[in-house]
Amino acid sequence: MKLGLVVGTVVTPVQHPAYDGQRLLAVRPLDPDGAPAQDRMFVAVDRVDAGIGDRVLLMAEGSSVRALVGESAPIRCAVVGVIDEIAVEGRVLYPGG
Amino acid sequence: MYLGRVIGRVVATRRIAGLAGEKLLIVLPLDETGEGVMESVVACDVVDSGLGDVVHVCDGREATYALRERFVPVDATIVGHVEEFAHDGSPAVDAAAAARRNKRRRNAGNGK
Repeated sequence: MKLGLVVGTVVTPVQHPAYDGQRLLAVRPLDPDGAPAQDRMFVAVDRVDAGIGDRVLLMAEGSSVRALVGESAPIRCAVVGVIDEIAVEGRVLYPGG
Repeated sequence: MYLGRVIGRVVATRRIAGLAGEKLLIVLPLDETGEGVMESVVACDVVDSGLGDVVHVCDGREATYALRERFVPVDATIVGHVEEFAHDGSPAVDAAAAARRNKRRRNAGNGK
Protein backbone atom coordinates (compact mmCIF):
# COMPACT_ATOMS: atom_id res chain seq x y z
CA MET A 1 0.00 0.00 0.00
CA LYS A 2 1.05 3.59 -0.56
CA LEU A 3 0.30 6.82 1.27
CA GLY A 4 -1.54 9.23 -0.98
CA LEU A 5 -3.33 12.54 -1.36
CA VAL A 6 -6.62 12.71 -3.21
CA VAL A 7 -6.08 15.40 -5.83
CA GLY A 8 -9.17 14.95 -7.96
CA THR A 9 -12.33 13.13 -8.89
CA VAL A 10 -12.80 11.38 -12.20
CA VAL A 11 -16.11 10.96 -14.04
CA THR A 12 -16.29 8.38 -16.83
CA PRO A 13 -19.77 8.04 -18.31
CA VAL A 14 -18.62 5.49 -20.88
CA GLN A 15 -16.73 2.72 -19.10
CA HIS A 16 -16.21 -1.00 -18.68
CA PRO A 17 -19.21 -2.49 -16.79
CA ALA A 18 -16.98 -3.52 -13.86
CA TYR A 19 -16.76 0.18 -12.94
CA ASP A 20 -20.51 0.77 -12.83
CA GLY A 21 -21.43 2.26 -9.46
CA GLN A 22 -17.78 2.76 -8.48
CA ARG A 23 -16.42 6.19 -7.65
CA LEU A 24 -13.05 7.08 -9.16
CA LEU A 25 -10.43 9.27 -7.48
CA ALA A 26 -7.13 10.67 -8.72
CA VAL A 27 -4.46 10.03 -6.09
CA ARG A 28 -0.93 11.43 -5.93
CA PRO A 29 1.42 9.22 -3.84
CA LEU A 30 3.15 10.97 -0.92
CA ASP A 31 6.18 10.37 1.25
CA PRO A 32 5.35 10.05 4.98
CA ASP A 33 6.35 13.70 5.51
CA GLY A 34 3.76 14.85 2.99
CA ALA A 35 6.10 15.63 0.09
CA PRO A 36 5.03 14.27 -3.29
CA ALA A 37 6.68 10.89 -3.86
CA GLN A 38 8.65 10.15 -7.03
CA ASP A 39 5.68 8.39 -8.53
CA ARG A 40 2.98 8.89 -11.09
CA MET A 41 -0.62 9.86 -10.41
CA PHE A 42 -2.98 6.95 -9.90
CA VAL A 43 -6.66 6.53 -10.62
CA ALA A 44 -8.32 4.33 -7.99
CA VAL A 45 -11.79 3.16 -7.05
CA ASP A 46 -13.00 4.66 -3.77
CA ARG A 47 -14.07 2.20 -1.07
CA VAL A 48 -14.10 4.56 1.92
CA ASP A 49 -15.93 7.67 0.72
CA ALA A 50 -12.79 9.83 0.50
CA GLY A 51 -12.70 13.29 -1.07
CA ILE A 52 -10.30 15.85 -2.52
CA GLY A 53 -7.65 16.82 0.04
CA ASP A 54 -7.88 13.62 2.11
CA ARG A 55 -4.76 11.64 2.99
CA VAL A 56 -5.52 8.07 2.09
CA LEU A 57 -4.22 4.52 1.91
CA LEU A 58 -3.83 3.51 -1.71
CA MET A 59 -3.71 -0.13 -2.72
CA ALA A 60 -1.92 0.23 -5.99
CA GLU A 61 -1.00 -3.09 -7.49
CA GLY A 62 -3.28 -5.82 -8.50
CA SER A 63 -4.07 -9.02 -6.77
CA SER A 64 -4.93 -7.64 -3.34
CA VAL A 65 -7.52 -5.35 -4.93
CA ARG A 66 -9.21 -8.38 -6.40
CA ALA A 67 -10.23 -9.34 -2.89
CA LEU A 68 -12.38 -6.20 -2.89
CA VAL A 69 -13.72 -6.01 -6.41
CA GLY A 70 -13.97 -9.62 -7.53
CA GLU A 71 -11.79 -12.06 -9.39
CA SER A 72 -12.27 -10.95 -12.96
CA ALA A 73 -12.65 -7.17 -12.78
CA PRO A 74 -10.17 -5.01 -14.69
CA ILE A 75 -9.52 -2.94 -11.57
CA ARG A 76 -6.03 -2.55 -10.16
CA CYS A 77 -6.05 0.31 -7.65
CA ALA A 78 -8.33 1.12 -4.71
CA VAL A 79 -8.46 3.69 -1.92
CA VAL A 80 -8.94 1.53 1.17
CA GLY A 81 -8.53 3.95 4.10
CA VAL A 82 -8.62 7.58 5.18
CA ILE A 83 -5.54 8.46 7.25
CA ASP A 84 -5.93 10.12 10.65
CA GLU A 85 -2.29 10.19 11.71
CA ILE A 86 1.17 9.39 10.36
CA ALA A 87 4.09 9.01 12.77
CA VAL A 88 7.67 8.03 11.92
CA GLU A 89 10.11 7.10 14.70
CA GLY A 90 7.78 8.58 17.28
CA ARG A 91 7.43 11.90 15.48
CA VAL A 92 3.96 12.80 14.30
CA LEU A 93 4.20 13.98 10.69
CA TYR A 94 0.49 14.20 9.98
CA PRO A 95 -1.62 16.05 10.92
CA GLY A 96 1.08 18.73 10.84
CA GLY A 97 1.49 21.27 13.64
CA MET B 1 -4.71 2.73 -13.24
CA TYR B 2 -4.10 6.19 -14.64
CA LEU B 3 -5.41 8.93 -16.90
CA GLY B 4 -4.13 9.34 -20.42
CA ARG B 5 -4.73 11.02 -23.74
CA VAL B 6 -5.08 9.05 -26.95
CA ILE B 7 -2.38 10.34 -29.31
CA GLY B 8 -2.40 7.69 -32.01
CA ARG B 9 -3.29 4.24 -33.20
CA VAL B 10 -1.44 1.09 -34.16
CA VAL B 11 -2.27 -1.28 -36.97
CA ALA B 12 -0.73 -4.75 -36.71
CA THR B 13 -2.34 -7.24 -39.04
CA ARG B 14 -0.14 -10.17 -38.09
CA ARG B 15 -0.64 -10.77 -34.38
CA ILE B 16 -1.16 -13.66 -32.00
CA ALA B 17 -4.58 -15.27 -32.07
CA GLY B 18 -5.70 -14.01 -28.65
CA LEU B 19 -5.37 -10.42 -29.82
CA ALA B 20 -7.57 -10.85 -32.87
CA GLY B 21 -10.08 -8.02 -33.14
CA GLU B 22 -8.63 -5.91 -30.33
CA LYS B 23 -8.18 -2.24 -31.20
CA LEU B 24 -4.73 -0.83 -30.36
CA LEU B 25 -4.21 2.83 -29.48
CA ILE B 26 -1.21 4.88 -28.35
CA VAL B 27 -1.84 6.60 -25.01
CA LEU B 28 0.20 9.31 -23.31
CA PRO B 29 -0.20 9.00 -19.50
CA LEU B 30 -1.17 12.31 -17.84
CA ASP B 31 -0.75 13.90 -14.44
CA GLU B 32 -3.30 16.11 -12.69
CA THR B 33 -2.27 19.16 -14.71
CA GLY B 34 -2.89 17.41 -18.03
CA GLU B 35 0.81 17.13 -18.83
CA GLY B 36 2.30 13.93 -20.17
CA VAL B 37 4.32 12.21 -17.45
CA MET B 38 5.73 8.98 -18.88
CA GLU B 39 6.58 7.42 -22.18
CA SER B 40 3.54 6.64 -24.25
CA VAL B 41 2.12 3.13 -24.11
CA VAL B 42 0.15 0.95 -26.49
CA ALA B 43 -3.19 -0.01 -25.01
CA CYS B 44 -6.14 -2.14 -26.08
CA ASP B 45 -9.46 -0.32 -26.17
CA VAL B 46 -12.87 -1.65 -25.10
CA VAL B 47 -14.84 1.62 -25.04
CA ASP B 48 -14.41 2.83 -28.64
CA SER B 49 -11.97 5.67 -27.99
CA GLY B 50 -10.58 8.00 -30.62
CA LEU B 51 -7.74 10.42 -31.20
CA GLY B 52 -7.60 13.19 -28.58
CA ASP B 53 -9.86 11.47 -26.03
CA VAL B 54 -8.92 11.65 -22.36
CA VAL B 55 -9.23 8.11 -21.07
CA HIS B 56 -8.93 5.92 -18.00
CA VAL B 57 -6.38 3.14 -18.44
CA CYS B 58 -6.14 -0.07 -16.42
CA ASP B 59 -2.59 -1.45 -16.50
CA GLY B 60 -0.87 -4.64 -15.43
CA ARG B 61 -2.37 -8.10 -15.18
CA GLU B 62 -5.88 -6.72 -14.68
CA ALA B 63 -5.78 -5.06 -18.10
CA THR B 64 -6.60 -8.39 -19.72
CA TYR B 65 -9.73 -8.84 -17.59
CA ALA B 66 -11.51 -6.27 -19.74
CA LEU B 67 -10.82 -8.22 -22.93
CA ARG B 68 -12.65 -11.09 -24.58
CA GLU B 69 -9.68 -13.37 -23.99
CA ARG B 70 -8.08 -13.34 -20.53
CA PHE B 71 -4.80 -15.10 -21.17
CA VAL B 72 -3.25 -12.69 -23.64
CA PRO B 73 -0.05 -10.64 -23.53
CA VAL B 74 -1.62 -7.23 -22.85
CA ASP B 75 -0.52 -4.83 -20.10
CA ALA B 76 -2.79 -1.83 -20.68
CA THR B 77 -6.45 -1.45 -21.61
CA ILE B 78 -8.57 1.67 -22.00
CA VAL B 79 -11.61 1.03 -19.76
CA GLY B 80 -13.34 4.45 -19.62
CA HIS B 81 -13.80 7.83 -21.27
CA VAL B 82 -13.11 10.71 -18.91
CA GLU B 83 -15.77 13.38 -19.17
CA GLU B 84 -14.83 15.34 -16.10
CA PHE B 85 -11.71 15.50 -13.98
CA ALA B 86 -12.06 17.90 -11.08
CA HIS B 87 -8.73 18.87 -9.61
CA ASP B 88 -8.97 21.07 -6.54
CA GLY B 89 -12.31 22.23 -7.84
CA SER B 90 -11.13 23.19 -11.29
CA PRO B 91 -11.09 21.05 -14.41
CA ALA B 92 -7.41 20.47 -15.16
CA VAL B 93 -7.90 18.24 -18.14
CA ASP B 94 -9.88 19.46 -21.09
CA ALA B 95 -12.01 16.36 -20.98
CA ALA B 96 -15.21 18.18 -21.82
CA ALA B 97 -13.79 19.04 -25.22
CA ALA B 98 -12.84 15.42 -25.71
CA ALA B 99 -16.34 14.35 -24.75
CA ARG B 100 -17.84 16.74 -27.28
CA ARG B 101 -15.51 15.35 -29.93
CA ASN B 102 -16.68 11.87 -28.99
CA LYS B 103 -20.28 12.83 -29.30
CA ARG B 104 -19.76 14.48 -32.66
CA ARG B 105 -17.98 11.42 -33.93
CA ARG B 106 -20.74 9.11 -32.75
CA ASN B 107 -23.45 11.38 -34.14
CA ALA B 108 -21.69 11.47 -37.46
CA GLY B 109 -22.04 7.69 -37.45
CA ASN B 110 -18.86 7.23 -39.39
CA GLY B 111 -17.61 4.37 -37.20
CA LYS B 112 -13.90 4.41 -36.48
